[in-house]
Amino acid sequence: MATTTRFRTLKDMPTVDYISPGNTLCAGCGGMLAVRIFHKVLGPNVVWVNAAGCMTVTMSYPLSPLKSNWLYTAFASAPAGAQGVRDALDVLIAKGKLPAAEDMKVVVVTGDGAAYDIGLQSTAGAIDRHLDFYYLCYDNEAYGNTGFQVSSSTPYGSATKTTPATATYPIGNIAKKKDLFEVWRSMKAPYVATLANSHGVDFLRKVEKGTGMRGPKLYLALAACPTGWGFDPRESMELEKLAVATGVWPLKESVDGVVKHTVVPRVLTPVSEYLKTQDRFSHLFEPEEKIEAIATIQESINGYWREAGAREGFQVKVPEPAKEKAPSS
Amino acid sequence: MKGKLLTGNVAAAAGAMLARVDYVPAYPITPQTEIIETIADWVREGKMDSKFVQVESEHSMLTAAGAASLTGARVFTATSSQGMLYTIEMLYNVSGWRAPMLLANVSRGVAAPIVLEPDHNDVLAARDSGFLQFHSETCQEVTDLVLLAYRVAEDRRVMLPAIVNLDGFYLSFTREPVILPEQKKVDRFLPPYEPVTPMRATKPVSRGSSVFEGFLYSYFRYNQHGAALKAKKVFQEAAGEFEGLFGRSYGPVEGYMLDDADYVIVISNSFTALGRQAVKRMRERGVKAGLLKLIMVRPFPAEEIAALLRGRKVAAVFDQNLAPGSGGILYPEIAGALYHVRGRPNAILPVVGALGGKQTTAKELEAVFEEMIAIDREGKTPAPMFLMRGDELNRVKKMVSVAEGKG
Repeated sequence: MATTTRFRTLKDMPTVDYISPGNTLCAGCGGMLAVRIFHKVLGPNVVWVNAAGCMTVTMSYPLSPLKSNWLYTAFASAPAGAQGVRDALDVLIAKGKLPAAEDMKVVVVTGDGAAYDIGLQSTAGAIDRHLDFYYLCYDNEAYGNTGFQVSSSTPYGSATKTTPATATYPIGNIAKKKDLFEVWRSMKAPYVATLANSHGVDFLRKVEKGTGMRGPKLYLALAACPTGWGFDPRESMELEKLAVATGVWPLKESVDGVVKHTVVPRVLTPVSEYLKTQDRFSHLFEPEEKIEAIATIQESINGYWREAGAREGFQVKVPEPAKEKAPSS
Repeated sequence: MKGKLLTGNVAAAAGAMLARVDYVPAYPITPQTEIIETIADWVREGKMDSKFVQVESEHSMLTAAGAASLTGARVFTATSSQGMLYTIEMLYNVSGWRAPMLLANVSRGVAAPIVLEPDHNDVLAARDSGFLQFHSETCQEVTDLVLLAYRVAEDRRVMLPAIVNLDGFYLSFTREPVILPEQKKVDRFLPPYEPVTPMRATKPVSRGSSVFEGFLYSYFRYNQHGAALKAKKVFQEAAGEFEGLFGRSYGPVEGYMLDDADYVIVISNSFTALGRQAVKRMRERGVKAGLLKLIMVRPFPAEEIAALLRGRKVAAVFDQNLAPGSGGILYPEIAGALYHVRGRPNAILPVVGALGGKQTTAKELEAVFEEMIAIDREGKTPAPMFLMRGDELNRVKKMVSVAEGKG
C-alpha cells in the first residue's frame, strides 16, 4: 500500500456523495455501492462511460442520480467510448478550445458481461493503446440485468438461468471463472486491483493509488447480487465479508505486473459456509450434498492460496476438502 | 480543367484537413486505407492539427468518434464494406446521440463472397441509421461534399452525423483534377464546431440515457426524423453559399439532358458517368433520353425526384445493390416518391447492375433505355433487369466448370 494515504480507518470514508440517495437499483446491490465509494475517491470531475447493464437502467430520462457526467455507449465498446472522450478532452485542451480546468477522469463502468465477454476486444484495444482511464467492473458473476444468465465470470457450481442445475446437469455451471485480473496483467496494464465493499479501507486506498498512475487501470469489484444470487438484501455486506474470509474473492493488486495480496485471510473459512448462503448454489446441498463438487471448489481455492502464499511469502491455513459423504445419523 | 490530380481517397482526406477536424479515430480496410494513411501522415508531419488514433475495430472506431463528438471535437473517420456493416450498431447510437461527426464510406460489395470493387449494399445498410448521406460522382465532389456535410450536420436545426460516399476503385484509386478550396474561404464557410450540451466538469450532463416509455422514445425518434428532413433545406442554403464562395453548385439531385427527356435513368455515384455516356448515345440515336443523379440519399429528396420525373414516359432506377428477395433498394423509395404525383411516368423499370463493381458498358445502359422504350410502346408491366453480358455469362460457365473439377 502507498505509504501516504488519506485513508487509515473507515472513518476516513469521505462523507461527500456524488450519487443521490434513492435510485432504481435493487436493495442491497453491491454494484451500486461500489460505484458510490469509487466516486467518493475520484471526486466530482468524472465522465462515466457505460455499457449495457444494471447501471444503465438507473440513468433513465429525465432523471439521473449522478452529479457527474454519464455516457451510455453500447454493450461491446465502452472502452472505445472512453477513448473518444479522453482523446477529445486532450485535443481540445491542447488546442486551447477548452480550459484545462474542464479536464475530467474517464471511468468505464460495466458489469462482468461487458468486462469479461462482449467488451473484452475493445478493452484489449484500450489497454494496448495505454489509454489513461479507469475500468470499474461490478462483478456479480452473471448477466444480472437480463435475469441471471451465465457469463465467463460465473464460477464453477453456480446455477444460472442458462446453466440450471438439473438431474442431467447436477452441478449447474461447470466452466471455471475467467481470471480477468490476469488477462489485464498479461497485457501490461500498470494497475489492476480487486475490491470488496466489505473492506472499505482497502477499497479506498486502491482507488487512491490508481489516481496517481497514468494508463489503463482495472478495478474488479465484488458485487453481491441479492436477486441473482438469491439471498436477503440485508446480508449483502456479510456475504462479501464471507467471500473474502473463505478466499473465494482474493483482495489483491498488481502494480506494473507485480502482484501483492492486500488482505490475507490467515485461516480460510470453509467455502461451504459461503455457498450455503445463496440460492445459486443451493443445488450443491439439496436434495443431497454434492460432496465432490464442493470439494472441487475447495481444492481450487486451497491451490490458489498455496501458490499465492509461496510466491509472496505468507501462509494460509486451508480447510480440508470433504472426501466422502458424512455418515447419516 | 485546373486543379490538382488527386485520388478520391486523398480528396476525402483533403476535405477533412480543410474542415480542420480535431480527431480521427481509424481502422483500416481496403479500399479505404489510403484515406487514413494520408491523414496519419499529415498529422505526423505536422501539416494537420488533429489527433489520429488507430483503434481495434470499426465498432470501436464509431464509438470513439461519437463520444469525441459529444465531448466537443470535430470528428472525421472512414470505412468500407464489412467495416460499415460492423459499425451498424454504433451508427444508430451516434445518430441518436445527435453527434454530428462525419464518416466517409468507400463503397465496396459485401461478403459473402468476398469482393473488393464497389456496389452500394454497404452504404445502404446505413440507410435507416439516422446518418445523413451524400453520394459523390467525382473526386471534386468528394472534397466538396465533405465540407458541405459538416456544415449541414453541425447546423443547430440538424445536429445529425453524416456519411459521404465514394465508390471504391472507380473513385478511391482514380486520379481526377480536384480544385482544393482556399482555406480562408473554407473557414468562412465552415466555422468551428459548437457542440450542444457537451460533457463538461463544470456542467455535467447525461448522454445516451435510457428511455423506457414508448411515447417518450417515439418523441425522440420523431425528433430525429424531423431534424433529418430539415437537413435538405439546410443543405440547399449551404450549397447556395458554397456556390458563391467556390463557384460550384450542388443540389440534392442533379439532372442531365432532362429538359425534354421522355426516358430517364435514375443513378448515383461514379457509374453516373457511364449513365451520361449512354444518354448521349441515345440522343445521337434520336431518343429523348435523360439522367437523374442522386447526391442526397438521406434525407430522401422525394419532392425533387418527383418534380424532375413527372411528365416522363418511363423512368428506370439503376440500383447498384441487391436486396435478395426484394430487388434494388432504392427502387421502392423512388416509386413511393412518385405514387401520388399527377403525371408520374407510366412505368418505372427496376434495374440491378454493376454489383461488386462489375465492369459495365454504356451499351448495357443503352439496353436499359431500349427496354424503357419497349415498355412504353407495348404498354407492358416492367420486368426487373439484372445486368450481365453474354461474354460474362460464358466466363461464369467456364469458371463454374473448373470449380466442379470438370476442367
